Amino acid sequence: MEVLLFGIAKDIVGKSSLRFHEGERLPESVLELKKKLKGTFPEFDRLTSLAVAVNSEYATDNKRLNKGDEIAIIPPVSGG
Amino acid sequence: MEDKIQIEIVEEIDTSKVYDELSHRNSGGICVFVGAVREFTDNEEVVALEFETYQGMALKEMEKIAKEAFDRWQLNQVVMRHAVGKKGIEEPVVVVGASSPHRDACFEACRYLIDTLKERVPIWKKEIFKNRSVWVSAHP
Repeated sequence: MEVLLFGIAKDIVGKSSLRFHEGERLPESVLELKKKLKGTFPEFDRLTSLAVAVNSEYATDNKRLNKGDEIAIIPPVSGG
Repeated sequence: MEDKIQIEIVEEIDTSKVYDELSHRNSGGICVFVGAVREFTDNEEVVALEFETYQGMALKEMEKIAKEAFDRWQLNQVVMRHAVGKKGIEEPVVVVGASSPHRDACFEACRYLIDTLKERVPIWKKEIFKNRSVWVSAHP
């Protein structure tokens, strides 16, 4: 499972994507992914907001994650 | 609907073509908003802005916003275009616009397009100052 990172999320993790390896327990929901991320990188807790997109749509915390999904971390957006 | 909506993420914004894109035989009003790089943020001199996007999702989200505008107002054409990469002072970074039979609809729609883009579209802006840089809105 690969998680795409953008903006400040990329800076916090230090790369443009995070890969969960075979054998590693994969987060089953958006909420679990956020908790795992905040556990490993406490800086995520300091952001104004943290959203997750699944297959290029904003996803709610209870959304289930599947292996083939395209998952992205969406830190506070600031276009325009 | 496809020929009524122009959605793009581009390297450079050409503001001169938006009139032709919005012009329509039944549009008596055309309203355009252009966002550009401003020299100062809170009295600190900006050197450049750098934009990054999650392109697939950004295009999808912009299309949803354009369709929402068509649902709410009587419009003929909508344009939403955002730039990525490094942009200097006075350079355009975003252009949105709408055309409609009467002006009220395009004024309101234009405001909705830019306000909603700023709220929802996955684009990130880094302000580059002389000695530091900041991801805008990242921290409270």
